[in-house]
Amino acid sequence: MQPDDFEFLARLLKERSGLVLTKDKGYLVENRLMPVVRQKRLKTLAELLTALKNGEAAVAEHVVEAMMFKDTGFFRDWKPFEHFRHTVLPNLLATRKAKKTLRILCAGVSTGQEAYSLAMILDQAREAWAGWTAEIIGIDLSAPALTYAATGLYSQFEVQRGLPIRMLLKHFQKEDDSWRLKDAIRGMAELKVWNLMDDLFPLGRFDVVLCRNVLPYFDMQTKFAVLQKLGRSMSDDGVLYVGLHEPLSGVSTSFQAVNARLGIYVSGRAEAAKIATLAAPR
Amino acid sequence: MKKCLIVDDSRIIRRVASKILFELGFDPDEAEDGEKAIEAVRIRMPDVAIVDWDMPVMDGLMFVTALRKLPGGDKPIVIFCTADNEVHHIERALDAGADEYIMKPFDSEIVRSKLTILGALD
Repeated sequence: MQPDDFEFLARLLKERSGLVLTKDKGYLVENRLMPVVRQKRLKTLAELLTALKNGEAAVAEHVVEAMMFKDTGFFRDWKPFEHFRHTVLPNLLATRKAKKTLRILCAGVSTGQEAYSLAMILDQAREAWAGWTAEIIGIDLSAPALTYAATGLYSQFEVQRGLPIRMLLKHFQKEDDSWRLKDAIRGMAELKVWNLMDDLFPLGRFDVVLCRNVLPYFDMQTKFAVLQKLGRSMSDDGVLYVGLHEPLSGVSTSFQAVNARLGIYVSGRAEAAKIATLAAPR
Repeated sequence: MKKCLIVDDSRIIRRVASKILFELGFDPDEAEDGEKAIEAVRIRMPDVAIVDWDMPVMDGLMFVTALRKLPGGDKPIVIFCTADNEVHHIERALDAGADEYIMKPFDSEIVRSKLTILGALD
C-alpha cells in the first residue's frame, strides 16, 4: 500500500471511530480489508481505496467495521472475572440492596464473549439477586460483530479459549462442530451499535464497566476523552475493568487504581475505604 | 519447575503438546499409552497430565480412573485432550476424574487458558 493511501485510511478511521492506525499495525489492513474487497465484488485493495476516496459511504462503513473487529474471548485473562465474581458482585449485592438494580456496560463488546461471561457469573449467583433488575449492555461500533454475538453460535476454538468445560456443558448446546449459547444466558445481554466517541448518557448510569482491550486502539487524546465519558456514566463507586496491559496512570484522572496489574479501577469519586474493600484478597 | 505428563499415541501430538507446555514453564514427560503412563506416574507424579482418549493397550479413560486410585493420584490436574467432542464423551471424562477437556485440534492459547482456569500457571 502506498504511504498516501495508508495515511488516507488512517485519517478515515480516526475521524469515524477514534481508532489509531499506526504503521506497525499495517499488517492488519490487508487481513481485515480483503474480506470487504470480496464482499463488495472488487478485485484489489487499491479498488477498495478508490471507492473510499470517491466518498462511497457504505464502503467507508464496512471498512471501519472490519478494522474495529476485536480479538476477544470468554473470561479473557480469567483473574479479572474472578475478581468480579468474588469481590465486586458480593459488594454490589450488599450496597445496592435498597435499589435492587445492577447495571453493567461492556464497551467494545465485539462478538459478545465478555458480556456473556458476566451473564454466566450472574446466572450462577441468581438466587442472591432474585427480585432485582440486572442489566448487561454490550456496545460496539461493529454491527457485524454484534450480529455474530446475537446468534450466540461459537466455533469449537472460540468456546475453548477461556471457557471452563463445565460451563460449556451447562450453558451451550452442540450444533455440529459449533456450540450455541442457550437463550437463558443470551437473553441477559442487550447488544447495541454504539460509537464510544458519542455521548454515553442515553445509556444511563453503570455500576460496572468493562472496556478491555479497546483503549490501545486509541491515541492519548481519544483515550482521555473516552475514559472521561466512561467515568461520568458510572456510579460514584463504580468499577472499571480495562485490559491487563493498559495502565491508566498518566492517561486519566477519572479513576483510581484498585489493582493496576489486573486492570481494575474505581471511579475517581470513590472513597478510600471502597478501594480497600475492592482490593482486599478474597 | 512443575512437572507435566503428555499421554498420547501420536508422536506428533506429544511433540506439539510438550513444546507448548515447556514454553509455559513446565518440565514435560511423555507416554504413548495409558499403561506406560501408569509406569511413569509411579516414578514421577506430575502436576499436570494431558491425556488422549483413544490409545492402544490402555485408553485415557482407564488411565485416569487408575491414576485417581494411586497414592497421590488425586493431586495432578488432568486435562483430556482428544478429538472426541460429543457431550457424552466429555461427561464421561469428567466423571472419571478429569478436571478439564480440550477438543482437538488445539493451539497454545487453548492450553494456556485451560491451565489458567485451573490455577496451574503462575
